Amino acid sequence: MRPADGYAGVPRWVAAVAVVGALFVLLPLAAMVTRVNWGQFVPLVTSEASVAALLLSLRTSLAATVLCIVFGVPMALVLARSAFRGQKILRSLVLLPLVLPPVVGGIALLYTFGRRGLIGQPLEAFGVSIAFSTTAVVLAQTFVALPFLVLSLEGALRTVGTRYEAVGATLGARPTTVLRRITLPLVLPALVSGSVLSFARALGEFGATLTFAGSLQGTTRTLPLEIYLQRETSPDTAVALSLVLVVVAVVVVSIAHQAGSTKYLRGAL
Amino acid sequence: MNRLALAAVAAAALALVGCAAQPSAEPSATADSLEGSITVFAAASLKTTFTDLAERFEAEHPATTVGLNFAGSSDLVTQITEGAPADVFASADSKNMTTLTDAALNAGDPVDFATNVLEIAVPPGNPAGIESFADLANPDVKLVICAPAVPCGAATVTVETAAGVDLAPVSEESAVTDVLGKVTSGEADAGLVYVTDVIGAGDAVEGIGFDESAEAVNTYPIVALDDSAAPDVAQAFVDFVAGATGQKVLAAAGFGTP
Repeated sequence: MRPADGYAGVPRWVAAVAVVGALFVLLPLAAMVTRVNWGQFVPLVTSEASVAALLLSLRTSLAATVLCIVFGVPMALVLARSAFRGQKILRSLVLLPLVLPPVVGGIALLYTFGRRGLIGQPLEAFGVSIAFSTTAVVLAQTFVALPFLVLSLEGALRTVGTRYEAVGATLGARPTTVLRRITLPLVLPALVSGSVLSFARALGEFGATLTFAGSLQGTTRTLPLEIYLQRETSPDTAVALSLVLVVVAVVVVSIAHQAGSTKYLRGAL
Repeated sequence: MNRLALAAVAAAALALVGCAAQPSAEPSATADSLEGSITVFAAASLKTTFTDLAERFEAEHPATTVGLNFAGSSDLVTQITEGAPADVFASADSKNMTTLTDAALNAGDPVDFATNVLEIAVPPGNPAGIESFADLANPDVKLVICAPAVPCGAATVTVETAAGVDLAPVSEESAVTDVLGKVTSGEADAGLVYVTDVIGAGDAVEGIGFDESAEAVNTYPIVALDDSAAPDVAQAFVDFVAGATGQKVLAAAGFGTP
């Protein structure tokens, strides 16, 4: 347990409080596992509705993650590498979905992309309808997941600093070359862990989807929505599917942790 | 002495505010022995009526307080069976009440106190021109209904079968309030909700009744719960809801009599 230099560093009472905190997180999960109907577990999670929800969730979360990378990387670069008036305010606003209740995000999206929304109404005139479609689910997930990628990537960009980039530039590399050959490889671990976190957040998205996209099997009813619905009639199914989500989340978090570790960082360099 | 007078004035004021149209409530005359506080767990669709009824009940019995907890009926049953402190349970369907009585958590037998039927809700102006239940099957109509797993969805399936119409909704929501929300925001052209939801939404939606709704009448039962700290207050509230005042308030909100 003790580090090599012999100094434990953590007073016993701090460790004791930490254990209580850890139990607070782990006990509810353990309590859920005790309610799983193991005899019926496989039939419950492989029912047609469950599989449809799981596949839809994976598909939409993947699409949302791609959108997060496409828009999040430039956003993080601008926030970390440039200085302009109102940058601090802009950063706070961009990170807003992180602290916003998802249902509020759903309402905001509805007034933007809904049938009578800011952008939705003109789109409707062209025959494009977003509400109640899988696109709406992806939009809701991207909205809540984007800050995770921007936040982790921006932090990494600030930590690695601009030393190597400056050297590259003095050697005659164009900004795009510096970005491609120096900056992005440097922050690759953070990009991977940020993407994985965004994927996990998208997978768990519930409030904004329910408010904005609706709920229809195979089109908009993702795994969290299926769990919410199954709770009404079949608590066993809800618990079984919840366990599936927990397992996926544990896998995702451990991948993100691995990718973010210094060992991986050195390997990437 | 002063406090008593003050309480009497407050009670009289409450009675005046709460029920100007109800001269039978004379708190000073009854000088009732009811005392204590109860928590009522009631289906989400009862929010407006039960908030009103709780105020009237407290005005009639000044020594009581009524706390209210609103949620979907199945959520409430789960909460009660998991040990939530409730004294009265009012369900939006008999199925959830049966779950509760099967767990033997009730004191006495449930009483049916209201009924509700489905109605078509459309945004103001009825942009899709819906006139009948059969119009809902039009593929151009964006229809939102409740999922079959929840009470309003079960009623929808019954009506659908009775009418011989095949509905193709764009969304099956897990709560009737979510269906209403999709209609009031204009996202959906039509939704199937309860008559009381249409009345409660005011000008935000228009209601269109249809004959087939009589095929699926939802009955609301209420019961006092075992293990109550104030069993007499709980039973009094149940009787109050099933009694004249309760029925009048419920009827005004669009509920039918069982």
